[in-house]
Amino acid sequence: MENFHTISILVSNESGVLSRIVDLFSGRGYNIESLTVAPTIDRLYSRVTIVTGGDAAAIEQICKQLNRLIPVIKVADLNITEALEREIALVKIQVKDEEKSDILRIAEATGSKIIDVTDKTYIIQALGDEKQIQALVEMVRPYSVKEFVRSGKVAISRTNRF
Amino acid sequence: MTGQMFSGAEILLKSLAEEGVKEIFGYPGGVILTVYEALYNQKEVKHYLVRHEQAAIHAAEGYARVTGKPGVALVTSGPGACNTVTGIANAYYDGYPIVVFTGQVGLNQIGNDAFQEADVVGITRSCCKHNYLVKDVKDLQRVIKEAFHIATTGKPGPVVVDLPKDILSQKTVFDYPKTVKLAGYNPNYKGHPIQIAKALQTLSEAHRPIIISGGGVLTSGAHQELLKIAEMLKAPVAHTLMGTGTFPSNSPLDLGMLGMHGSFWANHAVSHADVIFALGTRFNDRITGCLSRFARDARVIHVDIDPCSISKNVKSDIPIVGDIKNVLVNMIEQFEKTKPNIYEADKEKWLGEIAAWREKRAERKINSDKLSAQVVIQKLYEMTKEYNPIVCTEVGQHQMWTAQLFKFNQPRKFVTSGGLGTMGFGFPAAMGACAAKPDSLVLNIAGDGSIQMNIQELATCMDYGFKVINCVIDNGYLGMVRQWQEKLFNKHYSETKISHPDFVKLAEAYGMLGILVQKEEEIEPAIRKAIEAKSPVLIDFVTEPTEMVYPWVLAGEPLTKVLLSNECSV
Repeated sequence: MENFHTISILVSNESGVLSRIVDLFSGRGYNIESLTVAPTIDRLYSRVTIVTGGDAAAIEQICKQLNRLIPVIKVADLNITEALEREIALVKIQVKDEEKSDILRIAEATGSKIIDVTDKTYIIQALGDEKQIQALVEMVRPYSVKEFVRSGKVAISRTNRF
Repeated sequence: MTGQMFSGAEILLKSLAEEGVKEIFGYPGGVILTVYEALYNQKEVKHYLVRHEQAAIHAAEGYARVTGKPGVALVTSGPGACNTVTGIANAYYDGYPIVVFTGQVGLNQIGNDAFQEADVVGITRSCCKHNYLVKDVKDLQRVIKEAFHIATTGKPGPVVVDLPKDILSQKTVFDYPKTVKLAGYNPNYKGHPIQIAKALQTLSEAHRPIIISGGGVLTSGAHQELLKIAEMLKAPVAHTLMGTGTFPSNSPLDLGMLGMHGSFWANHAVSHADVIFALGTRFNDRITGCLSRFARDARVIHVDIDPCSISKNVKSDIPIVGDIKNVLVNMIEQFEKTKPNIYEADKEKWLGEIAAWREKRAERKINSDKLSAQVVIQKLYEMTKEYNPIVCTEVGQHQMWTAQLFKFNQPRKFVTSGGLGTMGFGFPAAMGACAAKPDSLVLNIAGDGSIQMNIQELATCMDYGFKVINCVIDNGYLGMVRQWQEKLFNKHYSETKISHPDFVKLAEAYGMLGILVQKEEEIEPAIRKAIEAKSPVLIDFVTEPTEMVYPWVLAGEPLTKVLLSNECSV
């Protein structure tokens, strides 16, 4: 069964780490669905969050291969612990006057925010888990979406172990 | 910090001395000149000048294979560094420790497409265990310390250190670190005792156990423990190509090599086993044959220091991550303490079944008035065994025949490219073996195709008196490919007939002894002459082109489908 897994990787914050990880995925034929990377609160380390697909054996092998990289300090498959996930999406919509109230309603209904307004465009910001982002996507689809930008996933486990 | 200041180049050499490196293989060039200047001014490190950078890496690997110590190579930037890639990949696959120092253009030029610039860290990233670009001379000694640590611990492998030109002339104090701090690198050496207990119980109760000994047994130095546990458990032992020499061939429990060109009985034993005790093997496709039909009834106990090897190809029922020697020592202790019932009658019965399979042997006689390669290799074995030689090979038919016909009773005597299958590996690796073990008899058994892949190294052999005996099995073809074409491609010998110069004249041109052997009665005198010679030797054995390697399990077929002669249908 192919499933998406969110893999959280703690790495040394040094040049070339991201290429090592990305090379590993491409070299071994694994797929990257989304990827985010930023330093942790301690700038010596960075956190890489990758969403990837595969059956249980493939995910196990991906985690082991990641662990084999020298600058990789810790690898966790967040699907096997209780974890919270967030994505962010920004949508620029060209709005006619008669649509403006609809857009406001959509923003309210999906818990999104209008973060920029011009006479012709609105920019909506959605923050939430994958389902919430997807809900917004479906609701704005009938309108004139000029630009749609979506982040990769960031995720955090609820246990205090990681 | 105060103290005497040294240049990066001097620090490199002083660090090598700290690591106990006495010999390096290399080739100079523009940006690495400062290091060669420093080499000129010292006597501690001996540098061997090769004729192609690829050979420097293979020689360093050959050195590492026969000594267990890391091999070291030094090359310049750009083309010099690019030429090392095959060698680095070869060492990575087979898991041998080498440290490769490559020159790089100055830090301020990196990325500007400078003369002889190549992104070496990028190019080698996926074929080495780890690599570094040193950006500050102050980091150099720490990086070298880490490089040797990473190369030699866990599953050993190659580490590349890229040295920008300006770093090599900048100065700092020398204070070689005593320890290594790598938060993300902590190989697990001690196998889990509960897993080991489970494994011991499973093996004791097994009716048809088999041990597969891979290259990891050699790396771990666990061959004595392997013999002990095999005898305790009355379990027969098959080895992989890389595990050659890890189990004494004169033991009644020895099954020889398994896999594509392994013995009929080893392949059948592994296919009918109920428990497989796999030690330090990656379960490469050349070992398993058709993966979905590999040992379907067996429970698999897999010991490896590299967790990635476990359940990568063959799913493991009892995985044990750890150093094989530690694991076996623990298992032997547990055995002695608990004295488990090993159901000896079952095991005797199983050994009896295997004995019946031993009747099935490959046809080794050929109908030809030309020499048989197998007769040559058999003779080489018989005439050199008293010298306990180091036997290197290239890749192809001669390699498989050597693996089949030479008998090894100790590790680190057989040097061959397993995972990557690199033609051109054997000869330079043999030079590395000569540098490491100047008193050993060193053979390189080659094909007429593969010897030509690094034949320029004949000059290096002459320069340093590396007495490699190159035994060229000369059948005028890329024999292994020809063999596949004969069976699988309707005898369309597409681009496999290959010419070569007069090898005897070529050897003589380099100043070494060249011997031509065309008849059976010429084999013995030629080998005797080669052993007695003071110089390197090249023997050209002109052999029958159509001779085939058997047993043969075709790629993708299950291990039980073994072809034993030309008469066996595909």
